[in-house]
Amino acid sequence: MKLLLKIWRQKNANEKGKMVDYPIDGISPDMSFLEMLDVLNNQLIEQGEEPVAFDHDCREGICGMCSLFINGEAHGPDRMVTTCQLHMRKFKDGDTIYIEPFRAKAFPVVKDLVVDRSAFDRVQHAGGFISVNTSGNTQDANAIPIRKENADAAFDAATCIGCGACVATCKNSSAMLYVSAKVSQFALLPQGEVEAKDRVLNMVKQMDAEGFGNCTNTGACEVECPKGISLDNIARMNREYGKAIVSSKK
Amino acid sequence: MATLDAKIPAGPLAEKWTKHKNNINLVNPANKRLIDVIVVGTGLAGGSAAATLSELGYNVKAFCFQDSPRRAHSIAAQGGINAAKNYQGDGDSVYRLFYDTIKGGDYRSREANVYRLAEVSANIIDQCVAQGVPFARDYGGLLDNRSFGGVLVSRTFYAKGQTGQQLLLGAYSAMNRQIGRGKIKMYNRHEMMDVVVVDGKARGIIARNLVTGEIERHSAHAVVLGTGGYGNVFFLSTNAMGSNVSAAWKAHKRGAYFANPCFTQIHPTCIPVSGELQAKLTLMSESLRNDGRIWVPAKKEDAEAIRAGKLKPTQIKEEDRDYYLERRYPAFGNLVPRDVASRAAKERCDAGYGVNATGEAVYLDFASAITRYGKEQAVIKGLNPEDHQLVQKLGKEVVANKYGNLFQMYEKIVDDNPYETPMMIYPAVHYTMGGIWVDYNLMTTVPGLYAIGEANFSDHGANRLGASALMQGLADGYFVLPYTIGDYLSADIRTGRIPTDTPEFEAAEKEVKEKFEFFINNKGTHSVDYFHRRLGKIMWDKCGMARNTEGLKSAIEEIRALREEFWKDVRVPGGMFEYNEELAKAGRVADFLELGELFAVDALERNESCGGHFREESQTEDGEAKRDDENYTYVSAWEYTGDPGQAKLHKEELVFENVKLITRSYK
Repeated sequence: MKLLLKIWRQKNANEKGKMVDYPIDGISPDMSFLEMLDVLNNQLIEQGEEPVAFDHDCREGICGMCSLFINGEAHGPDRMVTTCQLHMRKFKDGDTIYIEPFRAKAFPVVKDLVVDRSAFDRVQHAGGFISVNTSGNTQDANAIPIRKENADAAFDAATCIGCGACVATCKNSSAMLYVSAKVSQFALLPQGEVEAKDRVLNMVKQMDAEGFGNCTNTGACEVECPKGISLDNIARMNREYGKAIVSSKK
Repeated sequence: MATLDAKIPAGPLAEKWTKHKNNINLVNPANKRLIDVIVVGTGLAGGSAAATLSELGYNVKAFCFQDSPRRAHSIAAQGGINAAKNYQGDGDSVYRLFYDTIKGGDYRSREANVYRLAEVSANIIDQCVAQGVPFARDYGGLLDNRSFGGVLVSRTFYAKGQTGQQLLLGAYSAMNRQIGRGKIKMYNRHEMMDVVVVDGKARGIIARNLVTGEIERHSAHAVVLGTGGYGNVFFLSTNAMGSNVSAAWKAHKRGAYFANPCFTQIHPTCIPVSGELQAKLTLMSESLRNDGRIWVPAKKEDAEAIRAGKLKPTQIKEEDRDYYLERRYPAFGNLVPRDVASRAAKERCDAGYGVNATGEAVYLDFASAITRYGKEQAVIKGLNPEDHQLVQKLGKEVVANKYGNLFQMYEKIVDDNPYETPMMIYPAVHYTMGGIWVDYNLMTTVPGLYAIGEANFSDHGANRLGASALMQGLADGYFVLPYTIGDYLSADIRTGRIPTDTPEFEAAEKEVKEKFEFFINNKGTHSVDYFHRRLGKIMWDKCGMARNTEGLKSAIEEIRALREEFWKDVRVPGGMFEYNEELAKAGRVADFLELGELFAVDALERNESCGGHFREESQTEDGEAKRDDENYTYVSAWEYTGDPGQAKLHKEELVFENVKLITRSYK
């Protein structure tokens, strides 16, 4: 396959970036998108040019490290995949491909296609946990039976990989899908109930402080989410938040 | 020079850990506030250790090279975590888990460590459930289990094919709670460059900020490495792209012995290599062997027709299929341990029965499971179990519910639907049992330097059983290290902050800087990957699933020559004080080029077959691994002497007081 890549190049957070053209040839349709970028980078290095910086690690769609806005879509044209699972067979010979970083105020560019998503971590620091110490004498795991449907729904919410596609794709750069996935996971489990109110209030407060936008229910996040995290979680978080705010004494 | 004392407590096996905990020194809560601990790596081992140490009151500094601790490669573990809970009432016990692990490791691990692992396994499940880890449950709301290779009970807890992710997010949430309280200071996008040893004790690290390129000094009273395995020495593996040996190797160069480097796990069920420019291999969980049957065509001409694209696997009749694992190992069938399954696949492919264009693949077939589950569901629902279409539909639903994400992964990569045609799989490098030598307290031969999880060598012997890596990582981090480290730190309550303006920090920092300046100024002709790929090929061809004297000797020569070429000719673009992934990679590959040689040296020295280490010279008539207990019942612990090829061998004799050494058989 022969392609024209148009890639965002930006030296660091302080300098201005621009799109640069890179023609590339000899790409196999069975390659993953990131392997295609590896090929480009090796060519650039051997020609004495700077390779394109992009985030990646596990290359099997679970670590959430890879990002990229490809032809205007987070993780590219395929559904239910991360960029590392996107294969070149989804493109046609002769295509022009636009590759940009995830763009949001809360995700500043580090270099080229690499962005800083530490805002996501800080939202978790505010309440994304159950306060239990490691002791070796917690109660037996089967002491609290949990309805299968709740356990399954908690699991589905917990499969969020924290990649940020929801934020990148949202016209408001809202992080509601991401935050609601964690709030939902714990709200659905008896273990998480004790702290449910504080959790949702604190996490939402931090989410706002990080500069994420508001949710206007466009649903784009659900479409682009590589793990299929459901909008139901946002509804559940709104309910949790409402309950908490009404009964909160703070 | 450090001595090799494993410090195994005296007394009966089942009482060792309890007694040890009662006898070791503690640090009182007020004094813990005066003590700093560095934890490098935030996977299951490092993450759980950082969380627990900070809960106890120590000041923890945690480091990871990823952009968030949640991305450590433990996240990619799929199938499950073992625990001796005996929830299924199938006769499981601490002893059985211990015994299976010792036997699975082909009698090359330490009894006392393995028993302790089995002992704390049940606590891990309790702890994770308390943290909100959503394990799979049955309709009664209780936890579900499945079976893994090399065992005859169901003791594996799981969360679909994403168990590692869920457990890691549990440890990450425990860390987040402590980061929020300021008890853990988290350094994302930081890579450890060296361990700093002061007066014979590990007192800090040199780290590089991967965003700015700054070299930083960090001090502590103890340093814990939870930095994972070194499977990427093979270039192609199921490890994440960033997984590396550098932290462990730097520790080795500072005096930590490296144990059994040649013990590598080649996992039988991975998606086969498809092209020359492939960067990474993908695992298909061992859990699939619960329901998938492995086969190749029984007739060579069928295999040839398949390779030529003239025949489809679904066209091959039942009697013309060779379910070779079921044939060779009737007792364990498709659930033999990984080393056995991998070698059996290689044997069939080498004999010319492989499928796929390359001839290096076998089938993993779900057709009979789909039919079995479909009929079962039809009966439960009161429908007709003879209705073929209905049975297929219901059966596929059950399989999707169990392994949906794995099937989806396979389909995206291979572009083939595994519900309709069997998956193609082939063995690939997955895990390293070898690692930094540690004593019973998980301390390396450098006082104050600890190694946990896959980074150490301790629990899996020559072959790890499925679903035991997650167990070991969390056992070390949650339940072992937090106790044993106190014994060492109790001597440090009056030491005060460790200063970083000392000659030792100065010298270590200078060394790191000089190496990076060299890379930047070298201006060679080839990229780092060019050398890494070549190293991987040597390793796979000569130190892979089968090894022999001649091949290993030539591997040593080839690696030495490649290393020399690398230092002369590598090209690293960009500068030092900026985000520069190529520079980070250059440092990692430089270390792989040294480890690779030690790996081959170790494989050559161990002239026996055991577990994943198969020496062609040492096999039985029917091609099974032949151990040599008389001469090799020891751990090989290598001391660095300035040249990886000249490392000095120290032997830790393995003493078996509770199990009898027998030939490992799964027939």
